[in-house]
Amino acid sequence: MTEHYDVLVVGAGPAGLAAAQAAASHGARVGLVDAQARQGGQVWRHDAVHGTPRAASRAINASVGTRVPVTWLARHQVIAAQSQRLCAETPLGAVELSFGRLVIATGARELLLPFPGWTLPGVTGAGGLQALAKQGWPVRGKRVVVAGSGPLLWAAAASLRRHGARVLGIHEQASAAAMRAFALQLWRWPGRVAQALQLRAALHDVAHHCGSFVRRADGDAAVTSVQVTSGGTSMRVDCDLLAVGHGLVPNVALAGMLGCAMDRDGAHPVVQVDELLRTSVANIHAAGESCGIAGLSAARIEGRIAGHMAAGATAAATSLLRQRRHARRFGELLERHFALDPRLYALAEHDTIICRCEDVTLGALDGYTDARTARLATRCGMGACQGRVCGTALAQMGRFPRSDCRLPIFPARLATLADRASPPLPSRDSGDNHP
Amino acid sequence: MSRYDLIVAGAGIVGASCANEASIAGLRVAIVEPGPVGGGATACSMGHLVAMDDDPAELALARYSLRRWEAFAHLAEAEFSRCGTLWVARNDGEVAGIAARVARLNAAGGEAHAVDARTLYELEPALAAGLAGGMLVPAEAVVYPPRVAQHLVRCAQQRGARLHAGRSVRRLGRASVTLDDGSLLTGPVLLATGCALPRLLPQLPLRPRKGHLLITERYPGLLRHQVLELGYADSAHGDAASSVAFNVQPRPTGQLLVGSSREFDVEDPAVSPAMLQRMLRHAFRFMPALRQLQGLRAWTGLRPATPDGRPYLGAVPGHPDLWVAAGHEGLGVTTALGSARLLIDLLLGHAPAIDPAPYSPARVLA
Amino acid sequence: MNTVNLSINGHAVTVPATASVAAAIATTPAACFRRSVNGQPRAALCGMGVCFECRVRIDGNPHVRACMTPVGEGMQVHTDD
Repeated sequence: MTEHYDVLVVGAGPAGLAAAQAAASHGARVGLVDAQARQGGQVWRHDAVHGTPRAASRAINASVGTRVPVTWLARHQVIAAQSQRLCAETPLGAVELSFGRLVIATGARELLLPFPGWTLPGVTGAGGLQALAKQGWPVRGKRVVVAGSGPLLWAAAASLRRHGARVLGIHEQASAAAMRAFALQLWRWPGRVAQALQLRAALHDVAHHCGSFVRRADGDAAVTSVQVTSGGTSMRVDCDLLAVGHGLVPNVALAGMLGCAMDRDGAHPVVQVDELLRTSVANIHAAGESCGIAGLSAARIEGRIAGHMAAGATAAATSLLRQRRHARRFGELLERHFALDPRLYALAEHDTIICRCEDVTLGALDGYTDARTARLATRCGMGACQGRVCGTALAQMGRFPRSDCRLPIFPARLATLADRASPPLPSRDSGDNHP
Repeated sequence: MSRYDLIVAGAGIVGASCANEASIAGLRVAIVEPGPVGGGATACSMGHLVAMDDDPAELALARYSLRRWEAFAHLAEAEFSRCGTLWVARNDGEVAGIAARVARLNAAGGEAHAVDARTLYELEPALAAGLAGGMLVPAEAVVYPPRVAQHLVRCAQQRGARLHAGRSVRRLGRASVTLDDGSLLTGPVLLATGCALPRLLPQLPLRPRKGHLLITERYPGLLRHQVLELGYADSAHGDAASSVAFNVQPRPTGQLLVGSSREFDVEDPAVSPAMLQRMLRHAFRFMPALRQLQGLRAWTGLRPATPDGRPYLGAVPGHPDLWVAAGHEGLGVTTALGSARLLIDLLLGHAPAIDPAPYSPARVLA
Repeated sequence: MNTVNLSINGHAVTVPATASVAAAIATTPAACFRRSVNGQPRAALCGMGVCFECRVRIDGNPHVRACMTPVGEGMQVHTDD
């Protein structure tokens, strides 16, 4: 079955919600697709205990109040894309979605860098543990070390405390000087200042270490302690959970499959867009983190711009350009002040697993200079995550860039790949009665 | 200028095998490969070691080659798995053809035998109900071709072969090649460039024949044999513009490799959703359990197809010191080792173990 | 708060209806969601459907991401060990 939408928005985070609302406000028939069961994306993820954040509720409710209400397509994992059509896998099977205009708002994932012990149960992403806690993962009374880089560490730590975790410390790899410089620039974004002050109040009794990182995790069946390096000294911290993330990486697989040109942001591709968020492919727009990491405000404004553009309302989109430029500058600030310490790229040892799907160690990758050759010889990146974790880490570590996007975009049931609607096929099987 | 006894262009499974054989014979070998070793059709292939019986010449080459593959049965890089090949019959008509196929394979040393429907389901309970019977070839196997190619090139290098990695042959000369960086290598030349053959040797007809494959997550124990439909040869050796055939293979990891499709005259290497769909729907009819499995990745490859389905192995008439080993279509992995030995025997003036005439490039130049 | 009853490795578990299967598993003593290809214990990592470390068997289907699956009444969940 094929469902058609004037505007199809992929990703129901802040950018996607704003895009859907903006497009629908002009009377467009809009479909909003997300692999998750609920709207909000990662930053506005519904909390099993504390509900949905107020700003998120407002954004979600707004899409219902548009001239033509937005059609919400939950648990639709987009697995293939071809010109004006997407194929999604749902719990009920394959769905084909065709569109006039597409808005890609696929957001970002966490950058997870390998270090000895990072595969132990109890070691998660920083945003990862926050997401799990919001899903109802019990953290009450658990001793948690939060480490890595970026403002997400604070947000994660605050979330974890709300769920009753004992946050033992926040270990930010950036230097104290970089953090001070970041704080001094923050006044340009008053919303950010308010948020930072709130987080600071919520975390006033949590130790915050700068220039500090976890160099290894130890334990048998699960993590029981970590080694933290700060300045020149190293110390052991006993803990139940380690939440460690090194910032965010744009999700560009769908855009790549559709043939959208990419720019580079450091080691990672970002979807190339013009000021009005048009990609290099006609009728396809992109908004938010998939175009480069810049945070919530930029995502919301870009979602609106892309939504207006997708509905053909160029004037409405153009009126937001100044706001967009301002919001995007926050991304530049993040990049400048949270630049990763190269020592983080050298934590993995010879026998540290890099590819978690196929258990490929760093040592097994010795001598390979490109992802494909390494994959053919070692299976690195051949597993279910399709290199999203190891390929991204290896690119960040400067080993080799990620290889091309693949079909399906996410693993999918064979039935989904076979059942998706498509034009009638020439069949040599028509006379068969077996089996 | 560098002088060699043999310059092998192409380090797929065929070129790598030839370079290895040549180095064993003591030749001073150069290997020219623009991409990763084993990174072309070799990397895209299923890696089955299987003899097809419908062409006596191809059967002879396959059997000769399969015996040579036994030397790799314990090589870690080969990931050799003796899963056997189970050919399934959909109806009594296909069952009726089994006896002759068994006889042909056994005459060539293939150890095949017919299985009735009950035995078929004992061997593979996941097969669809209603199949009529089959044929089992227990000794056949699957390997992981790109790593074998890499191993063979390494072996050749250890015997002194020189790998010109990242280089391609820009121009053929008289007993020489000019590489894309301008360097000149002299000596007899062997073209093992698969689908790229027509660029250097347009007089030998060769067409790319695109195929699709898909690999699943791990489902250990779901399938034990490589399973093909007996009608596979109709697809493999027919000349339909496009066709699909049921061919599923258990990898040593527990993953299933699902094929197959064949398309002539499709240049675009992208996965065609329609062809993938057609291939999978066909496979489901033989193995409905496939429907529920998670597919990790689909990809395509181009088989180098000659007009008669046989590879070109031998000297190129009218071109002194120019040799070819290409055009193996879908059996390049199975026949690589035998092809290499046959070719190097011809090159050295030794009598090959099997009759080389059916593979001679001269057959298309007459 | 609405709750859901499900079975994890044969043990009855009751969790909020808004929980994910990953969260439900974490309420049990099972630390390990799956065994890696070399037999190492693994559990949820990214929490957002990207890393595939939280794959479990749900109602007979293997390789399902627990973090992407809302709990359902009567669900049968199995982890590796």
